[in-house]
Amino acid sequence: MARAPDLWQAYKLRWKRRRLLARSFAKRGQLSARQDRTDRIGPGDILAFATVRNEMSRLPWFLRHHRALGVAHFLVVDNDSDDGTVDYLVEQPDVSVWTTPHGYKASRFGVDWLTVLLARHGHGHWCLTLDADELFVYAHHDRRPLRALTDWLDLTGRESMGALMLDMYPRGPLGQARVDPQDDPIATLSHFDAGNYVMIRQPVLQNLWVQGGPRARAFFADDPRRAPTLSKVPLIRWNRRYAYVSSTHSALPRHLNHVYDQSGGEAPTGVLLHTKFLPNILTKSTEEKERRQHFENSTLYEGYYDALISDPVLWCEASTRYAGWQQLEGLGLLSRGGWE
Amino acid sequence: MSLGFIMLVHTAFDRAEQVARYWASNGCPVVIHVDGKVRPARFRAFRDQFRDDPMIRFSRRTRVEWGKWSLVRATQFAAERLLADFPDVRHVFLASGSCLPLRPVSELRDYLDAHPETDFIESVTTEQVTWTVDGLEAERFTLRFPFSWRKQRKLFDAYVRFQRRFGLRRRIPEGVSPHLGSQWWCLTRRTLSSILSAPDRASMDAYFAKVWIPDESYFQSLARRYSTQIESRSLTLSKFDVQGKPHVFYDDHQPLLERSDCFVARKIWPRADRLYEVFLDDTRLANRGAEPNPGKIDRVFSKANERRGQGRPGLYSQARFPSPGLENGLTCARYNIFSGFDFLFDGFEPWLARRIGGRIHGHLYAPERAEFAGGETLMNGCLSDSAALRDYRPTQFLTNLLWSTRGERQSFFIGPHDAQDVVPFVTSDPNATIAAVTGAWAVPLLTSNLGFDAIKAEAARLQRVELAFLKELKSPGLAARVHVWPLADFVAQPTEKLQNVLSEITGPSPRRLTDLPPMRDLTGFRDFLLRLRDGGVKPQVMGDLALFPTKTDGGAKHGSV
Repeated sequence: MARAPDLWQAYKLRWKRRRLLARSFAKRGQLSARQDRTDRIGPGDILAFATVRNEMSRLPWFLRHHRALGVAHFLVVDNDSDDGTVDYLVEQPDVSVWTTPHGYKASRFGVDWLTVLLARHGHGHWCLTLDADELFVYAHHDRRPLRALTDWLDLTGRESMGALMLDMYPRGPLGQARVDPQDDPIATLSHFDAGNYVMIRQPVLQNLWVQGGPRARAFFADDPRRAPTLSKVPLIRWNRRYAYVSSTHSALPRHLNHVYDQSGGEAPTGVLLHTKFLPNILTKSTEEKERRQHFENSTLYEGYYDALISDPVLWCEASTRYAGWQQLEGLGLLSRGGWE
Repeated sequence: MSLGFIMLVHTAFDRAEQVARYWASNGCPVVIHVDGKVRPARFRAFRDQFRDDPMIRFSRRTRVEWGKWSLVRATQFAAERLLADFPDVRHVFLASGSCLPLRPVSELRDYLDAHPETDFIESVTTEQVTWTVDGLEAERFTLRFPFSWRKQRKLFDAYVRFQRRFGLRRRIPEGVSPHLGSQWWCLTRRTLSSILSAPDRASMDAYFAKVWIPDESYFQSLARRYSTQIESRSLTLSKFDVQGKPHVFYDDHQPLLERSDCFVARKIWPRADRLYEVFLDDTRLANRGAEPNPGKIDRVFSKANERRGQGRPGLYSQARFPSPGLENGLTCARYNIFSGFDFLFDGFEPWLARRIGGRIHGHLYAPERAEFAGGETLMNGCLSDSAALRDYRPTQFLTNLLWSTRGERQSFFIGPHDAQDVVPFVTSDPNATIAAVTGAWAVPLLTSNLGFDAIKAEAARLQRVELAFLKELKSPGLAARVHVWPLADFVAQPTEKLQNVLSEITGPSPRRLTDLPPMRDLTGFRDFLLRLRDGGVKPQVMGDLALFPTKTDGGAKHGSV
């Protein structure tokens, strides 16, 4: 039986979830549909949701990668891009685009906007909520479409699947890499940290809080607590009553966060290949540092931005070169979780 | 027309149609049971597709719930129809809508012709069943199960406990010998019709209707009553995961399925186009006459089940974060921790490296930085030597190090100067070997240039830390292999003691340990300790001070503190 404090906690979280939903819906006016093709969404389609800003260097491959996995429709909120992102997205037959000039931070880093779209269009669908710099991979992704995975998650009674965000970086200085937006960025951002991830279970939301990777060791070695969170729950069979809490790191109701196994076994887990460190990270960081839209307490992260702007090398002798999901599984970063 | 199929369908109608037509076109009649939950319009559309095919017929429908009596009921309806409509059928094969034949029907028919009297049905006595998820075997037949296992687990468990506690039991009817097995079978007409037309069928059905998961026991038990020849195995290849859910086959399983030489497999992902294309094509080259051999597939899937259920010991990840006590191994490999030796010997690290090999780190938990072997700043897996990162999650620093260096023996030093957060973890870890010479930290103080007051303060601090360390080594949860000697005892017989530790680490070696690294000069150590004592810092961890040499004589003399 659940203990009384736990029931009280659950009750408080229920109200928190309602507040989050109400808050998001209050902001629905901030979105204006630029190209709404959601009538093309069929029953059972797998959908992807993203908030983007000036992502022309990533979108072509982002769409290509997730199309190949079997995402049927992309629902994208554009936050004030000026690099042609909107025009590019509007041309895509499987993309619906909303635009908003409002603040990213005030929208809980885009989550408020996506919550509205998830509730309207994601109900009953398997939904993949991503950033444009994330490429979702899972066991067998090169041979089995997402639909195979989600059918199996349905069969085994899972409503959500977790993923580790894996920061990918080039061999040399970040700013010197050359990447064609049409090509696979992982060919250039070819390396990652294989074994320096640390985690604890968060008692309230019951999610796993994973930190580590190159950013922790290169930029937050003095203050590891501030290192970016790498655990996410990007894939959920959505219900209009659900809400993401902070980015896609955790969701409500809490059972959606139970994506890791606590009894010694391994739960099915994917990896989000994080293509943040494309060469334009230098200019993006300069801009982000000025806009102060990416962290709750932006002042604390000025040092982080300064380090990024100085064109650092994240690569080291101990870095691992990416060779596919089997390699990630061998390293323990990804798990098929019994999906043979 | 010696072989007929029963097909239980509830979804993926296009695939069911494809397979039914394949069997029918090869001269095998098929009777399909469509789940009563399927809407009438959908059912009629499906049925009407087969209007032109007299070999494919439909049985009376019932609403099927998996694991419930209704599933047996559906099978009975279809079996009765098949036996009545097709009198030439000698073997009846039970399949589902997500089954796929892996070998041409003609081969299956030849196989059955060679075994005309044999019933192929997995049928295992309850004592020998190992696969049940709920742990109920014999009790399936003797308890009552009014609550759903999936939806009312707590009530289910409570009622089972209640019946056990008060000894409530159902009586197993006369003539039933409880057997369990895969629900997918191939029975002879004789056995099947004996079961269906038994004079006491009504009472049998009434009994089994309340048995837990009757589809795994009804035919399996009753076949034992009538069959003259049972081969206790299923001709249908079907694998189950740790939750008892069937594993699904995808296009990439094609080579594995081909090598199994099984006749039919379930369950197939309905969108596995390639599997349906390949295996329903009778023109392909097939392995004629081979015996079914599911062993290879068994191995692959039991490995997956093991990963799902037990995971990889020592891995902490987004997929696996065991609660305390459920780790199934705190770390992934054996490792060694040395304490005190480096204070006592010159060049102990390189000496140790020659002796036991692997990676010999310095003080991994030193206050300034993690002293990785060879002075590395980033170890395997990009593990940083930053003290702040290490101390943020001190035990995961160690589990990460061990995980990333699997296959290579890791050893490191710890001492009272170091951060101690990891100590409770390693003492409770059976993978750890801890060898400690207590009080050795005082040896460097002997030659320290600090003033005596500072030395005293330092000695007091280090001794306090070491006492806490020793307390951990005596904690009730101790699981590590521990060798602890007070400095005085160790110095008396260093070779023998080290030999013991090293042979435990590397396995027994015929070579005697002869060359120890040079020991630091302990001349005057006893007097130093006595001065500490008289200064108010009582040496508690060095052992019997009388065993140490004094300043003047260089040999042991008896005295007491």
